Amino acid sequence: MNQATNLPEWAALLIAVFLIIGAGLTLIGSFGLYRLRSFYDRIHAPTLGTSWGTAGIVIASIIYFSAIEAQLVLHQLLIGAFVTVTTPVTFILLSRAALYRDRAKNSPEVPPLDLPDNTPAPIPQNEQTVHHDDTSAGKP
Amino acid sequence: MSRLLPYPLLVISLIITWLLLAGFSFGQLLLGSIIALIAAWTLAALRPAKPRIKRWDLLPKLFAIVFYDIVRSNIAVASIILHGGKRIGKSNFMTIPLDLRDPTGLACLAIIITSTPGTIWVDYNSARSVLTLHIFDLVDEAAWLNLIKNRYEYLLREIFE
Repeated sequence: MNQATNLPEWAALLIAVFLIIGAGLTLIGSFGLYRLRSFYDRIHAPTLGTSWGTAGIVIASIIYFSAIEAQLVLHQLLIGAFVTVTTPVTFILLSRAALYRDRAKNSPEVPPLDLPDNTPAPIPQNEQTVHHDDTSAGKP
Repeated sequence: MSRLLPYPLLVISLIITWLLLAGFSFGQLLLGSIIALIAAWTLAALRPAKPRIKRWDLLPKLFAIVFYDIVRSNIAVASIILHGGKRIGKSNFMTIPLDLRDPTGLACLAIIITSTPGTIWVDYNSARSVLTLHIFDLVDEAAWLNLIKNRYEYLLREIFE
């Protein structure tokens, strides 16, 4: 980090600003994950860290290494690109799993399963009534 | 042509990735191109669906809109968390009927919605084309419907369909 002393002042200022934005948003996101009550609320908080939390740190890193090496260093952009493309997979998987469990428990807080029209109706009569109760119980 | 270069977009992005990581030089360009071509031929054996981008000119507009919205919703969600979870609306689910059918377009919409703090893609019913979202601060359902349908879905349909 000795090279940091050679940084021009404007670069040091910009790096500091973006690092604080990125690290601050990630911290707020983690705090939200800890403090918020329901699962569906909590899943929103870490997206702060995966959107501008990552972007701020990536931009700060680009400025730092570009200023130190006196040429444009852009490979950090790949981190941003891969984080953006891969995190939705995890988030969607987690939220779908939560929804599946809540629907199985007939939780009134989640929207009921909306079966497509061409779904074959369950044939045994008693099972059909049970299924009917399931969907109506899910409505608020 | 399509046999030799089955996935041009993939090849280009792999070469760009290689050059960003290895540094730009003619040797690295050559090596990166060879690796990208081999990767594309390997992928061709799996025959994944090929995305077709019809309107390249609209991509910068989409990026700009998404970038702006992510900045805005970052501020909104951060301030709600800092206020201990107090907000004007309440967090709730909402369903949106979609007209977008293209799988790549839907994947892009999923990335946009999930990357934007405050909205999470929860479920998609492909038989009915109904999307279920969870929204952190739901005040006006019509405003969100308008946002998703007219701001994102319209552009994605123009680009992919």
